[in-house]
Amino acid sequence: MSHGVPRRDRLRTRRSAVEALRARGEPALWLTGGALLLALGMIVGLIALLMVGGLSTLWPRPVVRIRCQDGRVLMGEIARRETARGPDGRLVRRRLVRIGNFELTHEHFAWVADHEVAAEDCPPEAMVLERVAWGRFYGLPRALVAGGRIIATNAAEIRAAWPSIHPEVVARRRRRERIETVEIGEVNRRLEAARLRARTAELVAGRDSERYAIARREAEQVEQRTAEEFARLRAEIESLNAHNAQFHLDVVTADGREARLMLADIVRMVPANALSRAERWAVYGSRWWEFISDVPREANSEGGVFPAMFGTVVMTLLMSLAVVPIGVMAALYLREYAKPGPWVSVVRVSINNLAGVPSIVFGVFGLGFFCYMVGATIDELLFAARLPNPTFGKGGILWASLTLAVMTLPVVIVATEEALAAVPNSMREGSFACGAGKWQTLRRIVLPRALPGILTGMILAMARGAGEVAPLMLVGAVKLAPELPVDRVPPFIHPERSFMHLGFHIYDLGFQSQNSEAAKPMVFTTALLLVTIIVLLNLLAIAIRNHLRRKHRSDVF
Amino acid sequence: MALSELPKLDTTLDVSVSAAGRLAAIAAGEAVQTELHDDLRRETAVVDVRGFNLWYGPKQALFEIHMPIPKGRITALVGPSGCGKSTLLRSINRINDLVDTVRTTGDILLNGESIFAPHVDVIDLRKRMGMVFQKPNPFPMSVYENVVYPLRIDGVRDRAVLDEACERSLRGAALWDEVKDRLHDSAMGLSGGQQQRLCIARAIAAEPEVLLMDEPCSALDPIATNKIEELMEGLRGEYTIVIVTHNMQQAARTSDYTAFMYLGRLIEYGSTATIFQQPHLPETLAYVTGRFG
Ligand SMILES: Nc1ncnc2c1ncn2[C@@H]1O[C@H](COP(=O)(O)OP(=O)(O)OP(=O)(O)O)[C@@H](O)[C@H]1O
Ligand SMILES: [Mg+2]
Repeated sequence: MSHGVPRRDRLRTRRSAVEALRARGEPALWLTGGALLLALGMIVGLIALLMVGGLSTLWPRPVVRIRCQDGRVLMGEIARRETARGPDGRLVRRRLVRIGNFELTHEHFAWVADHEVAAEDCPPEAMVLERVAWGRFYGLPRALVAGGRIIATNAAEIRAAWPSIHPEVVARRRRRERIETVEIGEVNRRLEAARLRARTAELVAGRDSERYAIARREAEQVEQRTAEEFARLRAEIESLNAHNAQFHLDVVTADGREARLMLADIVRMVPANALSRAERWAVYGSRWWEFISDVPREANSEGGVFPAMFGTVVMTLLMSLAVVPIGVMAALYLREYAKPGPWVSVVRVSINNLAGVPSIVFGVFGLGFFCYMVGATIDELLFAARLPNPTFGKGGILWASLTLAVMTLPVVIVATEEALAAVPNSMREGSFACGAGKWQTLRRIVLPRALPGILTGMILAMARGAGEVAPLMLVGAVKLAPELPVDRVPPFIHPERSFMHLGFHIYDLGFQSQNSEAAKPMVFTTALLLVTIIVLLNLLAIAIRNHLRRKHRSDVF
Repeated sequence: MALSELPKLDTTLDVSVSAAGRLAAIAAGEAVQTELHDDLRRETAVVDVRGFNLWYGPKQALFEIHMPIPKGRITALVGPSGCGKSTLLRSINRINDLVDTVRTTGDILLNGESIFAPHVDVIDLRKRMGMVFQKPNPFPMSVYENVVYPLRIDGVRDRAVLDEACERSLRGAALWDEVKDRLHDSAMGLSGGQQQRLCIARAIAAEPEVLLMDEPCSALDPIATNKIEELMEGLRGEYTIVIVTHNMQQAARTSDYTAFMYLGRLIEYGSTATIFQQPHLPETLAYVTGRFG
């Protein structure tokens, strides 16, 4: 009944399928949604992998005793399983057993194919002994000797006596370590300082001068005095060692060999097959605590990562301290003072391009500029007496922080410029109309308003800087730093010291470790820790930013 | 030129031929003589605009403006959108200096002294004039700090002086009762109308000689508008006020003098009563009665 109505005025009822698709854009929906899903999947996968790998490493696993058909007896923790092609070309399932006992077996791990196994069990009295050196020891305890007397002769008794004996032995060992590192170091420092004074006097006043003679004499006196102190400290060490020598654990390995382990060398004794659930968690917790609070052992594959954590945090904070003021000031000039024009555009483009320069190039720059030019000049001017040993003329935490500051400068400048551009002009005009000058307007109106955006720049810079490894290897991150960059020795902050860094630690664990099988799981744990620290640093900055935002959020419009 | 080509001119209305001819001449770029009423000559001018021209880059926005602004009076600036009211207002306290492309000729006198003279301190000049903008622009700080901002930048530290100025200005802006309990909350939490009154309080905090208000009520509801009109009433005599408005009733209600601008020219300027009841020029009548623009 639609004679009179022109065709194009009627409602269309049906479209062809292709037309409908093109109009509504379902393929685009699927495509974009799929891309998002892929991205999300990768992120979730990454986090899941880190969590699984990182959280499981320190979990106490059962100790398995395996008798092979050829008579070998192995005992240890199963590290992983795989299916491989044997020498005869057939597929065999095999397991990698962490057998430890390196001083006896000269191996940390051994492969056992399933068809070689004659019998296997989990002996309840088996112990995992984590040691200061030589890695883990797996064995069955025979006797615990304390103060020269045998006080326990079976696993249960030994476990019962352990908490009353082991801590005091460890305390003595720690005391000895403290003497060796801190107290002897302190005496050494005094000696070194006296010698330096003499050397400075020699350099400044000459060999024949009165001043040099006095300094020489003083140095000799100090030397005499320190010799006495050294003797005293050495005696204390001897006595501690002698005392600890009376504490040991006699163990027999799965293949029947006897061993005597000094209690002082044992970090933790885990009766891995006889743990209740709560005890298992306690071991797990204590391993984590050791991991984040202790120094590394065994070429970084055991012990903790505290120095690396500390180095990462200090370096990141130093970097932020350096990059934020400079970046903000540069952006202020670019956005608020410079007359817009080709010159400003060129500068802006250059800064943006700087953000794309590979980080290792910044490392090279840092090494060449900070270490070799600035550092060497500082050494010549202020630390001439120590030459040829460089003080600032080598990699150190200060130079590393500054190198990363240069690297992250574009991020801060761009973010700050955007934040400044987002401050409405009406506010600037309002301030000028009140009779404020340029700087008053910037300081009182524009900067506070732009602060959240500036902090966003800082967060981005921190996230980028904290995870960076490549440039650090050139300017001061090391495998093992004997001292922290901040400690109790005056002047308390030592910007010239090299430092450990979690990112570099991961690289070192993954690629440079001799005991790579033991180190690999630690890669995950350390990576998890690094990510956690970066997230925490960012959360802190975000919390500050949100606090500022909330303070002056506009509820109108 | 055909009438239909004229911008902002409704050809269906009964605009008289002479008015249309004059506006057409302006649109074609001719200079026109301002119709300046005699009663203005009896007033003392606090601000005196003399032969003022202004360009934004190549585009001229103001043409030969002659405009004495009488002391202690409220002067309304009316005219269609884009005719240069804001530009003129912003020239008086030299806020337009901040726009890089601006170029001017002619002069503006404040109490007989040129504001463009080389020795004049722009900052001091702006301190003598308060300005209220079309959109409220409170600063991201507390209500209190907003109001005392002009004193703070003068380096006033004395708490008693600041407190006194804060209360006096807020009372002046009819805002005191509403915010006296939240002086230290962020000003961003105020309503739009409160924010605008806060900006007025800020503008009068340093007791300027001249108050420049650029459509202060355009973002406000009738109640807030009413409050601001009452407040202008209260300030009358004390301050010289220049107010830009699109609201003819508001201009008629509040102002002593009214200036009608069109395409960058000042067309007619005289006492509000005359301008609204028997303006000398037919185009002014057409505009104020709402028949064009
Ligand atoms: N910063 C600027 N750069 C270039 N041209 C401008 C600038 N500001 C204003 N103009 C132009 O100058 C002319 C006058 O503008 P102005 O803002 O003074 O008008 P107005 O009378 O206040 O209008 P409204 O009633 O809409 O606020 C307009 O044509 C405008 O396009
Ligand atoms: Mg305007």
